[in-house]
Amino acid sequence: MNTVAAYTTSTGEAVQFWILGTVAVLGALGTVFLKRAVHSALSLAGTMIVLAVFYLANGAYFLGIVQIVVYTGAIMMLFLFVVMLVGVTAADSLKETIRGQRWLALLCGLGFGVLLIGGIGNATLTEFEGLAAANSGGNIQGLAALLFGKYVFAFEITGALLITAAVGAMVLTHRERTERAKTQKELAEERIRKGEYIPPLPAPGVYARHNAVDVAGLLPDGTPSELTVSATLRERGQIRDVSSQAIADLRALEQRANERLERDPLEPPRPRRGGSTELTRAEEAQQ
Amino acid sequence: MNPVNYLYLAALLFTIGATGVLVRRNAIVVFMCIELMLNACNLSLIAFSRMHGNLDGQIIAFFTMVVAAAEVVVGLAIIVSLFRTRHSASVDDARLMKL
Repeated sequence: MNTVAAYTTSTGEAVQFWILGTVAVLGALGTVFLKRAVHSALSLAGTMIVLAVFYLANGAYFLGIVQIVVYTGAIMMLFLFVVMLVGVTAADSLKETIRGQRWLALLCGLGFGVLLIGGIGNATLTEFEGLAAANSGGNIQGLAALLFGKYVFAFEITGALLITAAVGAMVLTHRERTERAKTQKELAEERIRKGEYIPPLPAPGVYARHNAVDVAGLLPDGTPSELTVSATLRERGQIRDVSSQAIADLRALEQRANERLERDPLEPPRPRRGGSTELTRAEEAQQ
Repeated sequence: MNPVNYLYLAALLFTIGATGVLVRRNAIVVFMCIELMLNACNLSLIAFSRMHGNLDGQIIAFFTMVVAAAEVVVGLAIIVSLFRTRHSASVDDARLMKL
């Protein structure tokens, strides 16, 4: 446990670094470039777990565990809650407000990375003492001695910060209802008085194979009616269009009918001897 | 392997996070990228702690975690209230102060 090497690490740690480091970078790239917020959150959680392993490898045993408990346990779950509130599939808009901003941002990022990594490369980092001496009395004991000794004032301030954050979150998300909620009777009266749409709203999904709530029902002329889908889904833009799927379904149905009637799908059916194809086939099958 | 590689990894992760903040529009993803940058800083602090052979770097990383937790709570509350009023979590939509 206390064999954190001085200048070069063990081969095991090197192998661990190269494998898990790749995973961490891939997770970070996934966080940035995956389209959906849920996928980003999951990639970030992966990166954070890898970082926890790195903390453990660097002799920060307490912080490694805290990283898993606090970051992947609490903070990422909070992120997932908010993603759920805001809408899971709400994708990023791809319209650029400032023209060329994306490429400029990537260029800036690249330049920043080159500067940062070049700076580290130019620094003369020759002394690596390792944590063997500092961790000799136990990592947690050493941290506690510092936290409640040298840094006790900062620790107290942290308490004030956490209380402020909790109160702030409550103030920001609390909504005071200033007026009485309307009863069902009042809502009905209002609807009649307005006279725009008096009957109940039509039900979604009148396709034969889809009665899901996110599929719009069809008007008599075949166009989907957005009125049939719940207002929440309409606002999020999550109405599912199944027209292409319906065509595929029809094609599958036709193919199955062809197989059943032993027709060649490549050959278009042609009427023979004046009668319909199906009829003559059925007669042949009977004979 | 030289332990300086941990610093290079932290720099790389920080760069990816910073690029993400610039590129993405969804406020939640921008926030996640900020968390990524904070984590990269923590990794470098812990590597520094090992370099100098004392635990002060780990204490600072610990404080960073506490501040990050408080920041996440307030930031997500802001995003939720923004979504309630604007019905969108895009950072481009919040521009009432723009002339």
